[in-house]
Amino acid sequence: MTTSTVPYGNLTGPSTLRRLATAPVAGPLAALVLACAFFSLMTDQFLSGGNFSLIIQQVMVVGALAVGQTLIILTAGIDLSCGAVMAFGSIVIAKMAANGTVPPLVAIALGLAVCAGFGLLNGLLVKLIPLPPFIVTLGMLNVAFALTHIYSNEQTVSDLPRALTFLGETFPLGDTDVTYGSLVALGLFGLFAYLLSSTSWGRHVYALGNSPEAARLNGIRTGRLTIGLYAIAGLVYGIAALLLISRTGVGDPQAGQTDNLDSITAVVLGGTSLFGGRGSVLGSLIGALIVGVFRNGLQLMGVASIYQTLITGVLVILAVTVDQISRKRIR
Amino acid sequence: MPLASRTTLTRTAAVALAAGLALTLTACGSGSKGSADAGSSGGAVKVGLITKTDTNPFFVKMKEGAQKAAKENNVTLSTAAGKFDGDNAGQIAAIENMVAAGVKGILITPSDSKAILPAIKKARDKGVLVIALDSPTDPTDGTDALFATNNEKAGELIGQYAKAAMAGKSAKIATLDLAPGVAVGQLRHDGFLKGFGIAEGDPSVVCSQDTGGDQAKGQTAMENCLQKAPDINVVYTINEPAALGAYTALKAKGREKDVLIVSVDGGCTGTQAVKDGKIAATSQQYPLVMASQGVKAVADYAKSGVKPIGYTDTGVNLITDKPQAGVDAKDTAYGLENCWG
Repeated sequence: MTTSTVPYGNLTGPSTLRRLATAPVAGPLAALVLACAFFSLMTDQFLSGGNFSLIIQQVMVVGALAVGQTLIILTAGIDLSCGAVMAFGSIVIAKMAANGTVPPLVAIALGLAVCAGFGLLNGLLVKLIPLPPFIVTLGMLNVAFALTHIYSNEQTVSDLPRALTFLGETFPLGDTDVTYGSLVALGLFGLFAYLLSSTSWGRHVYALGNSPEAARLNGIRTGRLTIGLYAIAGLVYGIAALLLISRTGVGDPQAGQTDNLDSITAVVLGGTSLFGGRGSVLGSLIGALIVGVFRNGLQLMGVASIYQTLITGVLVILAVTVDQISRKRIR
Repeated sequence: MPLASRTTLTRTAAVALAAGLALTLTACGSGSKGSADAGSSGGAVKVGLITKTDTNPFFVKMKEGAQKAAKENNVTLSTAAGKFDGDNAGQIAAIENMVAAGVKGILITPSDSKAILPAIKKARDKGVLVIALDSPTDPTDGTDALFATNNEKAGELIGQYAKAAMAGKSAKIATLDLAPGVAVGQLRHDGFLKGFGIAEGDPSVVCSQDTGGDQAKGQTAMENCLQKAPDINVVYTINEPAALGAYTALKAKGREKDVLIVSVDGGCTGTQAVKDGKIAATSQQYPLVMASQGVKAVADYAKSGVKPIGYTDTGVNLITDKPQAGVDAKDTAYGLENCWG
């Protein structure tokens, strides 16, 4: 990856890029802060380090998926297969390692490779045939879901070696306990925030999302870039699989069934445009946290969970409305 | 740039609206649940109820029973649920949030009997009483106690009933099951076979399909079974929605009168279907009792420090209007008085 700046006209000049990448975060951040303030007022238990650590633990799996999902959505694509791919990856890791025949680290590497392979396959189908991402990943959702259930024989895999659950363990930070997995998830966000905002690869991704044709005419190898993005997203789902195992302590074939939609929710709430080219992984982190804060806060207040679903739905519609309005402004 | 400033205003307004509406909704949500739940109410004992889903009538009834018992025992109830049957991660988050909220005890219908264990252990390690409702964890001592219907016995009752009703005729059986690896479904299925006096793999079972306990899937499963073996004359179903789906499929073939359908659950729609003669018999269970006894147990624990232990059978009755000799049964009048949903 080079840091040389290739001029793409004013569409992707550095200052425009910065605006495109950061502007949508302000709204979601305000919503997150408001929600936190609200729940702090409503309950005694919300405002504490322990509770914030808990919320981060609860959203980190969907958050990690949202990192991959953001990459795809930035190219105006969508990935419906992420939760199912993660579930398959987690079952591969758990079963391999639990049998004792494969060392845990090799099992993890295999799981990551399998997930990356699914992503690569998605990318190849999207770019080479080409097929709409919605259809490809819808198909892959079913393929991965079925393989998960076939390979797991519908059984939950428990009694995992410590290497697989290590990320779920905690270390003290002040008077709270933080899991290592939370750090991995936050690191993932940091890494991709940097890659997208400060490397030429990141600029290419935004250029591709804004206009594939313009990107191609500017000399970006859009095919390779797209396929690579899907493969990287798959690899990220593999990391999410590891986080999932560490969090629940088991390999669970039922896992991830609504996580595809939850990750899209996080991305949309985070201000990333479904039409591509605008948004950031930082926004997706905030989006995931908004959902997590509502879920946790309403539970602390004793509000039934169906209201969490209701509120999340309303928030998503509002977020897209805001996106549409601000999009018109840019044009 | 007048245009830009105007649209910035619009955008700001939209964001403010988003936040405002969210807060309003939240306020409505808490309002409709009764003010007892809002904020921390100091000394009141808190009890959490975590069901598999929010939408299944069985769990809606369970919640009702818990709310009533919470009032009677002067405790505060909070509820949560998974997003779908099998949502282990959702139930784990619910347990964590309830422990953070300072509950004294948690009542849970585990979606995954094994995968939920580590989260339950963490809660119990913090001194929270955890009682499984309706379905056990695996192993059962993962929770302090289990308040549930004996699902195997529920299956056995309709198995015995079907055997008696067939009166020696040769049986061609279809089983419309729940889903692989779910304890409740397996126990009922095994109980039915036991009651009927046959073993798994018996040639009289000519078709077995999973329905997820869903009416539409039950209908599809029955249509396929009839395609495979048109002479089916006994249908075991995991629950009454699956039974009603089977009934619809049989009716389309004009077979609804000469096929015996038996089921488990005892929901009000299902019990009415027994009264209407669509289903021959069903084993009725009592989610309201499970929940109210669970809440009471937590309240007692808060007062006396005594934990309930082991398995409490919350009862099951065979409901039918065509009783068979040798099989204890209640009629649908009793069934409708005690049904749920």
